[in-house]
Amino acid sequence: MMQMPSIDYFALLPVLLIFGFGVVGTLIEAFVAPRYRRVTQIWVSFAALGSALAATIGVAVSGRLGVTAGGTVSIDGPTLFLWGAILVAAFLASLLAAERHVDPSGDAFVGRASTLPGGEEERKVTTLGLLQTEIWPLMLFSITGMMLFVSASNMLMLFVALEVMSLPLYLLVGLARRRRLLSQEASLKYFILGSLASALLLFGIALLFAYSGSLDFAEISISITTQLQTSGLLLVSVVLIAVGMLFKVGAVPFQQWIPDVYQGSPTPITALMAGAVKVAAFGALLRVFYVALGGLRWEWRPIIWLVAILTMVIGSLLALTQNDVKRMLAYSAVANTGFLLVGFAGADQTSVSSMLFYLATYAVATVAAFGLLSLVRGPGGEAAEISAWAGLGRKEPLLAVAFGVLLLTFAGVPFTSGFVAKFAVFTAGAEGGALLLVLIGALASVIAAVFYIRLIVVMFFTEPPREAPVVAIPSAFTAVAIAIGVAASVLLGVIPQPMLELAQQASVFIR
Amino acid sequence: MSGFGFPALIALILIPLVTAVILLILPKENAALIKKVAISGSLVALVYTVFLGIGFASSIDTPVQYFVSYPWIRGFGITFAFGMTGLGLLMVALTAFLTPIVLALTDTSPTNGASARGAFVWLLLAQFCALGVFLARDLFLFYVLFEAMLVPIYFLIGRYGGAKRAQAATKFLIYGLFGGLVMLVALIGLYVSARSQLGFGTFDMDVLSSAIDLSGSTAVWIFLGFALAFAIKAPLIPFHTWLPDSAEQAPVGTSVMLIGVLDKVGTFGMLVVLLPIFPVVSAQFAPLFIVLAVAGIIYAALIAIAQTDMRRLLAYVSISHFGFIVLGIFAFTEIAMTGAIVYMVAHGLATAGMFLILGELIERRGTANVSDFGGVAKVAPRIAGIFLFSGLATLALPGLAGFVGEIMVLIGAYQRYQVAAVIAALGLVLAAVYVLWMYQRVMGGEPTSQVTKFQDLRTSRILVFAPVLIALVMVGVLPQAVIAPVQPEITQLQTSLGVAPAEPLLAGGSE
Repeated sequence: MMQMPSIDYFALLPVLLIFGFGVVGTLIEAFVAPRYRRVTQIWVSFAALGSALAATIGVAVSGRLGVTAGGTVSIDGPTLFLWGAILVAAFLASLLAAERHVDPSGDAFVGRASTLPGGEEERKVTTLGLLQTEIWPLMLFSITGMMLFVSASNMLMLFVALEVMSLPLYLLVGLARRRRLLSQEASLKYFILGSLASALLLFGIALLFAYSGSLDFAEISISITTQLQTSGLLLVSVVLIAVGMLFKVGAVPFQQWIPDVYQGSPTPITALMAGAVKVAAFGALLRVFYVALGGLRWEWRPIIWLVAILTMVIGSLLALTQNDVKRMLAYSAVANTGFLLVGFAGADQTSVSSMLFYLATYAVATVAAFGLLSLVRGPGGEAAEISAWAGLGRKEPLLAVAFGVLLLTFAGVPFTSGFVAKFAVFTAGAEGGALLLVLIGALASVIAAVFYIRLIVVMFFTEPPREAPVVAIPSAFTAVAIAIGVAASVLLGVIPQPMLELAQQASVFIR
Repeated sequence: MSGFGFPALIALILIPLVTAVILLILPKENAALIKKVAISGSLVALVYTVFLGIGFASSIDTPVQYFVSYPWIRGFGITFAFGMTGLGLLMVALTAFLTPIVLALTDTSPTNGASARGAFVWLLLAQFCALGVFLARDLFLFYVLFEAMLVPIYFLIGRYGGAKRAQAATKFLIYGLFGGLVMLVALIGLYVSARSQLGFGTFDMDVLSSAIDLSGSTAVWIFLGFALAFAIKAPLIPFHTWLPDSAEQAPVGTSVMLIGVLDKVGTFGMLVVLLPIFPVVSAQFAPLFIVLAVAGIIYAALIAIAQTDMRRLLAYVSISHFGFIVLGIFAFTEIAMTGAIVYMVAHGLATAGMFLILGELIERRGTANVSDFGGVAKVAPRIAGIFLFSGLATLALPGLAGFVGEIMVLIGAYQRYQVAAVIAALGLVLAAVYVLWMYQRVMGGEPTSQVTKFQDLRTSRILVFAPVLIALVMVGVLPQAVIAPVQPEITQLQTSLGVAPAEPLLAGGSE
């Protein structure tokens, strides 16, 4: 008789809630009349995210940590912290997705994904005001994947979680209402490159299984530390796994998809990817390399060093050359990945807590930034060309100041959360002996500052163009998301201690 | 001896901040009211500073007065620690003295389409940062305020400056951020070293300067990081090119805050960070600083002579004079160090006099080109008189503030670096050339057609200029008032640097 693994349902409740509500969302599509679907879906999603967040806090308070579900899922400090960060970022992104006032013809998503771009049918769908409400359960399923991804302590679970996270995203990326061809191209590109990365990861997992005879992180770790000689098989598998994971975090040289996909996606989905997916990908990276492959840190650290340097420098340099705010933010996301990797390369006790803090603060700020971006609109949808943003500080001071605060946060200016976060990861890197990386990180920060400042100059110091874009008045959904992001960026910069403490308490992995 | 028993210094720092917040509540259109409130706030700070100065009683055992400390980010041992040293008192007094004068001479009409309120708010925020940085006793806090200082000046130049203001502001910010981020790396390095030696992380400047041993190659790199940041801020050649551009484009009041007050943070940092925390390395690198200082004195003076724009000319004059200050600091003799500090005060006052009277000229003529003037003395004798007076203070006429500092630096430097002192003395001659030649071309001769329309200085304006002129005489005649508060610190620095105290020349007294 087969033995059933014991499952701690209470500890897994946050994941189960998101998944369960996702299933409910699919049923809504089947049984609720079309005109009530959107509002039902929105509240189901908010209920899912809210209850999951409450459950996460409940688990954290109860202290019921441990490895469960047959050793495939670890419920520990990092897991709970990252769940919290993912849920908050996803909640903010959902607020953006719920926005209907910014685009006169509906939300950010195409009315019917099956219609031909620019075709007669598409026009009809738009006039009828139809909405593609399936995005809501798709987002919930993707979030389920993210949460499992950061908690997976088994290679097979890791891979399954990655796919659960990615497959809905591939779809969501292609659903933009405006510039649909760009969106569909982005979707295809993301799908192909993402599949390649998944395949490499899977290949790496297979080789690692061949080496260690196990898929379990703890057993892999033991087999690595007990065998004195490192074999070529092991190193190849580590490289393949690294490639697969670094693709998801968007590190150079696996970053090419980021600008295209970020630009082509509906902005709420871009926000979801830049916020929640980045948290999930880094969370999984941390667990795989610190727990399963921790014994090999002297082997993988040089690779991470190199990738970190490339990511910081190339991400910042390419961001300099962008003329589109959305693409610029995409490269800024790449550069920030590099800064995070500095902390990661430290491979020190403080690395985990500093990265947790960085991820949480960055995710919230970046979602708010994409939310703001969606408000500046021209005739063809979002007006993302930098030149269109000229003089915004004079016309729309509130929006420009909010965006300015977020840019300063990304640049890591003191009294913003970005500064504390950068300080934390750089300190972790330096403590781990990576002072050179810290120095390069500081220089890359100067380059990065140049393009953030360029946008501030355009917004505040230049005259508005003749055909200036319109700034849409958002509904409470977007406004709340932006307000939370901006407030958190300032508050966590001035009073970072409680959050840092939380990250520190949450920084111990259970093997 | 913590003085009033309540956080006196925090109250002082908060005055400009609170005033700035009040301005933001006032209606933007009522510029006259805004100006009155801003000046009142800065006068409150001035009066309060006077009281703090009266209660100030430092000694060799308690060089830091009014010390307060609150935990800020416990995870990194960061505190909100403020305390007043003798040097801090002087710099605070300079800041508190100049701010109301600058505010009083700031225009209330909109500039470049931006309302005047912003200018007052940013000027007060600049004062806030300056007070904070001069009083910080936690190195992290010092760094944060050091960086934050850039923002008000950036916006003052970028919004209220001349035609090429955006470029100048950006250049200013990039140089500043570059220095700041290099300093951040040094700060992290210092933190890691301190943590490995002490077992806990701290940024307490007293602990860092007394309890840890910094020598060897790591210490050199950390030292160079700080030194570079301060050299850019001071600015020392070859890191000076941002200053003339900023001065040319900035409104004159901003130039006074920038060159007169905020740039002092560079040399201030050398005195409170480099020398106390890195005595051994400072001694190693002293010759390098001496060479850069002397080269700067001569080079900048020569370039100043060749300038056609008076704002650029004054900027180069300041660079030349910063050379004197650095020469005095790194000569390490008691008299030279004291002279350097006197010179810091004197330079702030003289710069204020020069730039502000230049502002009157620009207001009347719309340009700062030397060749656009001529014969002003005949039309506007008051302006010419103040111009000459400030100019004479700048070229160090005996009896005025500049002389005491300059001569003390030269005498003190001669005791250790004869050649350097002799070359630096040439700077005195060149100063006479650039000041008097400028005076002759601008004020002398027959009035040109545009100049004949000039109105002389209003009596109310004279009341604003009078304090500066009186202060220039006071420091020149009674330098003891400036020297006395810094004596304990100088003695302490001499001990930590291992230099024999009490050189015989001091008894001879050059003042």
